[in-house]
Amino acid sequence: MELHDLTVRELRQRLAAKEVSSAEVTEHVLRRIEQLDPHVGAYLTVTADQALAAAKAADEARARGEAVHPLAGVPGGLKDNIVTEGVRTTAGSRVLENWTPPYDATVVRRLKDAGVPVLGKTNMDEFAMGSSTETSAFKKTRNPWDAGRAPGGSSGGSAAAVAAGMGYWALGSDTGGSIRQPAAFCGVVGMKPTYGLVSRFGLIAMASSLDQIGPFTRDVADAAELLNVIAGHDPKDSTSAPGRAPDFTAALKAEAKGLRIGLPKEYFTEGISAEVQAAVRQAAAELERAGATVEEVSLPHAEYALGAYYMIVSAESSSNLGRYDGVRYGRREAGADVPAMMTATRALLGSEVKRRIVLGTFVRGKERLPEYYMRAARVRTLLRRDFEQAFEKVDVLLTPVTPTTAFPLGRRVRSQMEAYAADICTVAVNLAGLPALSMPCGVGADGLPIGLQFIGPAFGDAQVLQAAYTYEQLAWPEGAGRAWRAGKEVDVDGH
Amino acid sequence: MKFTPEQVRALAGQARLGLTDEEAERLAAQLTDVLQEAERLKELDVEGVEPTLFGVQLVNVWRDDAVEASLPRDAALAAAPDVQDGFVKVPRIVEE
Amino acid sequence: MATETMVKPVTEYEVVIGLEIHAELLTDAKVWCGCSTKFGAEPNTQVCPVCMGLPGTLPVLNREAVAYAIKAGLALNCSIAPEARFDRKHYFYPDLPKAYQITQNDHPLCRRGYVEFELGGETRRVGIHHIHLEEEAGKLMHAGDRLMEAEYSLIDYNRAGIPLIEIVTEPDIRSPEEARVFLENLKSILEYTRVSDCRMEQGSLRVDANISLRPKGSTKFGNKAEIKNLNSFRAVQRALEYEVRRQTEILQRGEEVAAETRHWDETKGVTVAMRTKDEEDDYRYSPEPDIPPFEVDPAWVERLRAQLPELPREKQQRFVEQYELPAYDAGVLTADAKVADFFEACVAAYGKPKIVSNWLMGEFLRLLREDGAEVQDVPLTPEGLAELLTLVDRGVISGSIGKEVFEDMFRTGKSAAAIVKERGLEQISDEGELAAVVDQVIAENEDAAAKVRAGEMKTIGFLVGQVMQKTRGKANPKLVNELLRARLVQE
Repeated sequence: MELHDLTVRELRQRLAAKEVSSAEVTEHVLRRIEQLDPHVGAYLTVTADQALAAAKAADEARARGEAVHPLAGVPGGLKDNIVTEGVRTTAGSRVLENWTPPYDATVVRRLKDAGVPVLGKTNMDEFAMGSSTETSAFKKTRNPWDAGRAPGGSSGGSAAAVAAGMGYWALGSDTGGSIRQPAAFCGVVGMKPTYGLVSRFGLIAMASSLDQIGPFTRDVADAAELLNVIAGHDPKDSTSAPGRAPDFTAALKAEAKGLRIGLPKEYFTEGISAEVQAAVRQAAAELERAGATVEEVSLPHAEYALGAYYMIVSAESSSNLGRYDGVRYGRREAGADVPAMMTATRALLGSEVKRRIVLGTFVRGKERLPEYYMRAARVRTLLRRDFEQAFEKVDVLLTPVTPTTAFPLGRRVRSQMEAYAADICTVAVNLAGLPALSMPCGVGADGLPIGLQFIGPAFGDAQVLQAAYTYEQLAWPEGAGRAWRAGKEVDVDGH
Repeated sequence: MKFTPEQVRALAGQARLGLTDEEAERLAAQLTDVLQEAERLKELDVEGVEPTLFGVQLVNVWRDDAVEASLPRDAALAAAPDVQDGFVKVPRIVEE
Repeated sequence: MATETMVKPVTEYEVVIGLEIHAELLTDAKVWCGCSTKFGAEPNTQVCPVCMGLPGTLPVLNREAVAYAIKAGLALNCSIAPEARFDRKHYFYPDLPKAYQITQNDHPLCRRGYVEFELGGETRRVGIHHIHLEEEAGKLMHAGDRLMEAEYSLIDYNRAGIPLIEIVTEPDIRSPEEARVFLENLKSILEYTRVSDCRMEQGSLRVDANISLRPKGSTKFGNKAEIKNLNSFRAVQRALEYEVRRQTEILQRGEEVAAETRHWDETKGVTVAMRTKDEEDDYRYSPEPDIPPFEVDPAWVERLRAQLPELPREKQQRFVEQYELPAYDAGVLTADAKVADFFEACVAAYGKPKIVSNWLMGEFLRLLREDGAEVQDVPLTPEGLAELLTLVDRGVISGSIGKEVFEDMFRTGKSAAAIVKERGLEQISDEGELAAVVDQVIAENEDAAAKVRAGEMKTIGFLVGQVMQKTRGKANPKLVNELLRARLVQE
């Protein structure tokens, strides 16, 4: 196994055994970024010096025999909407291309306190709006396994970095599937925790009631390791759940017996390709053979999730994005007066962002709020209840993540809604605030990975990890994020 | 309902969003499409259903009335595009 | 062409006024972050990522701000909502860091209260529609001081995020004078409750006024004008008086008053229509997803109610009963809680409430007004005043010298004895010393002396005055009187 392709846990063993130092590992991965990233485009900013300094500090602590954090010295990357003190943070937007924040996000603080080196900031759709990372104002990110395809989005850079061995883990954010969909496209594990489990302080907001930070890793156990670092109450985030988060690695028991799995019939429809449906059903069958029970369940309001999601997301995000007005930070375009200056500055926003701001401005109108936003918020309650009822009968739901494997870069759609419809399997989870994990469960005819989604009840993150770990041990004991590709190399010829 | 480019431009104006004519045209068509999906929500009877306005159901999250250190002024203003005498500076407020 | 004179009946109009009062709360820290709320700091030194609205930041509600708002509600006889939540009010302005203000639109904390006060010998009651909690914006300074002409503006975000309550009255106020008196009473209640320091000159209290006219007897409201930029209670009254005249003239011409926002120009003494765009009226309120709703525990409300101090009207009543003061005195002394406290401390140190009241209502309040000072800034102490009054009582100084000494004490805080000694102001009560002066005055004013001898007793006052002049006011007037009588009047 190549050094850069180890899991977090494998690397930790080698570090503990002093077979390799964190500085060596970090240098190795930085070299890989240098060689490979010009082809992949996962990173917007690489913080080599800071990563090496943290790596050396972790090495020294280990050498002194100090009790170090399990993740000390294990380098990874951060989506560029996670705020880093002293390191440019752009959210993929031209309006923030020059912004160097004076503070750290809570998750960043936790990683630094654990002695975890940060390699850099990864590419993303502008303000996390998109599903291909193509709305980034800065560059394209290519799918590591087919350079003509999208890595997914909006956390495409993070997914691609972990897939291509340019980091042992990465953090992303998920508002309607932005971790799970790129994890599926790039063939890695991606988890969106329960809303409120991980602090949003320092996550550049898209839709405040939906956003959640989560990890990308090469296997399920690593996701639990990352969650252990970033989860837990934060007094700076009023929507952060109180109390200590559990030890998620304790949930890692491969035990199919007694596991009750539900297949929501609304997620196996004509909009989802046959090979994706088959792969997900195959995964369910494997768990059933190992002793789990599998039954069909229903989420009756599922077909309304997309409509409700786009109302809520556009209303909240257009509100959150008002602050990019050229006054206090970021780019300012010249204007004779303040309205002209603000209008010129905000003209720098990309078309996807503008689309959602205009829609959200409409939806928040005095006359429109009850008709659209509040109605969507009520439908959201119905969706939550659907899930609650399903979880009375089953422990986890098993669904596809995306209708197809990774689509081509520059994909053309007939209508805007057709593009948004690809989020059909992921958005309801955010509306209900639930934990969900995406991992590879097979390979499509095009040789690209197919994603599988585990959904659990609110704060059933350990339950989700346990089910996913059980499946991984049955199907991909080498680590789902590596095993599916069976020696496939990163595609560097595609452009 | 159907969006017109004029409507899109008016909404963009209120959002202080510069749009080209071509952007306004395109957005009008796209938003009409997205709003159709939202119109489908009207098929559902939501009478008496409480809206879900938060990602997590919490109440009474407070902080104490305790003063903490502020940012040094240099750090607070470091990213401001225009600064004068410790203030953030903007062009004239009233439209010409 | 025949000329036709329209004789319009002169209509009498009823004035309908409602007020919106913004009061900054006296918490130590801001409402969403830990930055200090202290007034007067260097610009942009009491700011952090949260109150600057930096990307990624989130608000966390200062519990004390809620407590202060509840206290204000209780003091204004409101009912407190069992639960409340926040909304975002959206508009673009460079002093508003997030391009929305966190406020309460649908679910205000307090509703349906009132303030009672005396006006023209009758008790008036003005309803409070609701009170909600919100955040301050930053402070803008315009080059050349005037918004319209300024080529650029400067922003200080120290104020951004200071907690604020907005008190919205019912349209119950019927005259500009009543608006001012209501505001004086409201201010005094808020100060008593220690919810706000209500310093209009520092902007911690601001007032907008809505005014409309309607024919007497009508129950329908007329079009209202909203008046902004009112920098003092006097300005409120003046601006409203101007509006009454302006709107009356418009209505009497048979025209319609425009529903609009108007700006009070203090120097010109007029209101001017402000340019607004229709679409800017829509603030696109939406629920604030970053702050969970809060429930107000009735036990908490009761604890806060128990903390409420005696309110101005209660205190006035007590002063009348306990100190046997006239209602007028009690009203003046209790308008400002700090003056009332000062009064009670003086009475504790000296006794004789009516004498203390006279000194405070006269000299003390006059000097406060002249200096534009606040009670807490004045170096004079209640013990100092007691000492001064004792010196007057003992005849060490005269009452009129006492006023001079008082002014000195008020400004310097020196003791009365020290000032009297330093300036040689002791009353001359030495009979021998005064007798010489009295004899000299009689000698120099033979005519007056003769009149007194002839029984014209009112002229004795003139001679007393002459003695006082020669002694620079230090002679004991009682003794001078006696000495003059001994010499001029045959008993």
